[in-house]
Amino acid sequence: MFIITHRNAFFALTGALVLAALISVAVFGLHLGIEFTGGTLVEVSYDGVRPDPVALTNTLDDAGFKDFSLRETGANGYALRAQNIGDTQRGELAAIFSYQGGTAHIDQLTEIGPTIGAELRNKAILALGLVLLCILLFIAFAFRKVSKPISSWVYGLIALVTLVHDVIIPMGFFAFLGYLTGAQVDTLFVTAVLTVLGFSIHDTIVVFDRTRENLRINHEKNRKEDFAETAGHSLNQTFVRSINTSLTVLFTLLVLYFIGPSSTKVFALTLLVGITAGTYSSIFLATPLLVWVEKRRNKAKK
Amino acid sequence: MAQKRVFAIIVLLIGAAIGYFVYHSEVTASWPFKLGLDLSGGTQLVYRADINAIQSSDVAESMSALRDTIERRVNLFGVSEPLVQTEQASALSGTSEQRLIVELPGVTDTQKAIALIGETPVLEFRMLKSVTPPDTFSTTTVNQDFAPAAITGKDLASAELQFQGSASISEPVVVLHFTSEGKRVFADLTKNNVGRYFGIFLDGQPISIPVIRESIPDGTAVISGGFTATGAKELARNLNYGALPVPIDLISTQTVSGTLGEKAVQDGIMAGLWGIGAVALFMLFWYRLPGLLATIALTLYIVVMLALFKSIPVTLTAAGIAAFILSVGMAVDANVLIFERIKEELRGGKSTADSISDGFARAWPSIRDSNISSMITAVILFWLGTSLIKGFALVFGLGVLVSMLTAISVSRTFLFALGVDAKYGFTRFLFGSGISRT
Repeated sequence: MFIITHRNAFFALTGALVLAALISVAVFGLHLGIEFTGGTLVEVSYDGVRPDPVALTNTLDDAGFKDFSLRETGANGYALRAQNIGDTQRGELAAIFSYQGGTAHIDQLTEIGPTIGAELRNKAILALGLVLLCILLFIAFAFRKVSKPISSWVYGLIALVTLVHDVIIPMGFFAFLGYLTGAQVDTLFVTAVLTVLGFSIHDTIVVFDRTRENLRINHEKNRKEDFAETAGHSLNQTFVRSINTSLTVLFTLLVLYFIGPSSTKVFALTLLVGITAGTYSSIFLATPLLVWVEKRRNKAKK
Repeated sequence: MAQKRVFAIIVLLIGAAIGYFVYHSEVTASWPFKLGLDLSGGTQLVYRADINAIQSSDVAESMSALRDTIERRVNLFGVSEPLVQTEQASALSGTSEQRLIVELPGVTDTQKAIALIGETPVLEFRMLKSVTPPDTFSTTTVNQDFAPAAITGKDLASAELQFQGSASISEPVVVLHFTSEGKRVFADLTKNNVGRYFGIFLDGQPISIPVIRESIPDGTAVISGGFTATGAKELARNLNYGALPVPIDLISTQTVSGTLGEKAVQDGIMAGLWGIGAVALFMLFWYRLPGLLATIALTLYIVVMLALFKSIPVTLTAAGIAAFILSVGMAVDANVLIFERIKEELRGGKSTADSISDGFARAWPSIRDSNISSMITAVILFWLGTSLIKGFALVFGLGVLVSMLTAISVSRTFLFALGVDAKYGFTRFLFGSGISRT
């Protein structure tokens, strides 16, 4: 009940978090990776010490790379982002990076043509929209029998609001991460966001489901109870469960972040933030919003 | 009760058998895990097929001929388990591109891989629209000057080197032999167009523009384009490996070195083990006896998933492994829901057996609904995704389905099979959770 009684404080906290995330996105910006823009990504590692970035930049300039950016990776590597390259550059890649005193190994080379980039970008946007839409429809369907005191569409809409929250928070975090480490928005980031959506809705449904059940029990037993009371009660009953299931997932994500494959580290971190946000929103945002809507309706009636 | 116990033992035996299959197949390498290019190391090339010069009714057939030809060419170079497939760009890209995707495991020199495929000639026969051939051709006007290709690489059966003319000024030519389909098309074409010109195109360039003197029913054609003897010999050899029906150009590449992939696999396995350990420990400490059962159910979940990865087979990528590790955390979700519910029922004063069956029944709607929402995400990701995301979505979706089975039916069977009464003392403690005694 604590959460329901102090719901305004939690609304303020949520608002502050969302605002911080939006500011982060506005200030640092979300940088699209080459998967969405087209271009070339090269990851090299050196046998010995990596060359000086200034020297390497000059070499790359001479070799005809355009609009490129270099970033140090690991202890002895570089990641290069550039426009699409030609046959000569591709054929000589290891030689171009190697210098006297260090042989370069091409760990990874990715080239994405502009049409593929555009296609992936559109697909990602469509996927995000579709997931949100399907989840809204599904919740409205799943809660179709609950129409008192709040219609099932409201459950769906509130779930959607919490989902928007769950997307904005990791986005803000990712913008900040991009500023710190140069992480760019790629298909894995989109996957992480969609997974967070699936997981968070999962959590929200469990809480709402309890409200649905308690409303039915009250109805059967002809018990008159304030909606806020029922909702707060339901929240208490599902609180431990929400925390525990998120904990098990957070354990696995922490492990994945610390010792998992390097290619999925940023992915794991995004999921960590997103799932934490998702759990927070399903406990501290979803049900309090439900109560808020119900109170407003009551006031309007009176 | 006895029946439930027999059933529980059967479930355990089946689990052990699947576990043995996973272990045995791994040791003997009879059913190896299928690793994606990012884990095994290798190169993926994506080409756009230029279908401007062929009739739209021929597109599907030409694309499959294109795939077969490239596959033959790739096999020729001894790449193990190459994957060649065609794909139509979705409407979302704004164009209706036909694409060819070539995956070459173990090939980590991108330029060499491109060169390997680039040697495949593109062969097209196109009728000249005007009556007499213009003096010069430019690449920009080729499509205006010539009709869509009537005969392409897909109609070619074989090619050979011959010398034509008198002994002193003999010229090397390449003789093409068509397939029965190509023979018919070529016979019709020559019969209906006597006196007109057609262009023989190699790699998009018209290399000779002969005039049709008479119908050619025997399904052969001759290319004489001022070849040297070696040039003609090389062309004949390349054409014999197959000619492409349409020109292709490279639009995307991805290469991952073997060492990077190997490290990713090791890291993935370590992360998996630690992740499973962490979840199992948490469940044991927090949920005690039911937690132990959930851990057994989780073990079953893991062996079933691994067996599915091997037998379907699922191509594992780093994203797929991440999905699997994530799914381990999510697989106990249903158990947590059920156990919390059972505890509530116990507190309400019900008997242990009633609490267990009511706990399951009450927890079911939310387990069902939440899993459906996860499945929606998985299906949309799979439907829209690139190969990377597909790998994630497939494992994630499978995980949701399998975990429903193991978390619900398996742990339910075990809980009933135990047949303990949790009313008093130690068993009550065993069914309790968290830091409380009951």
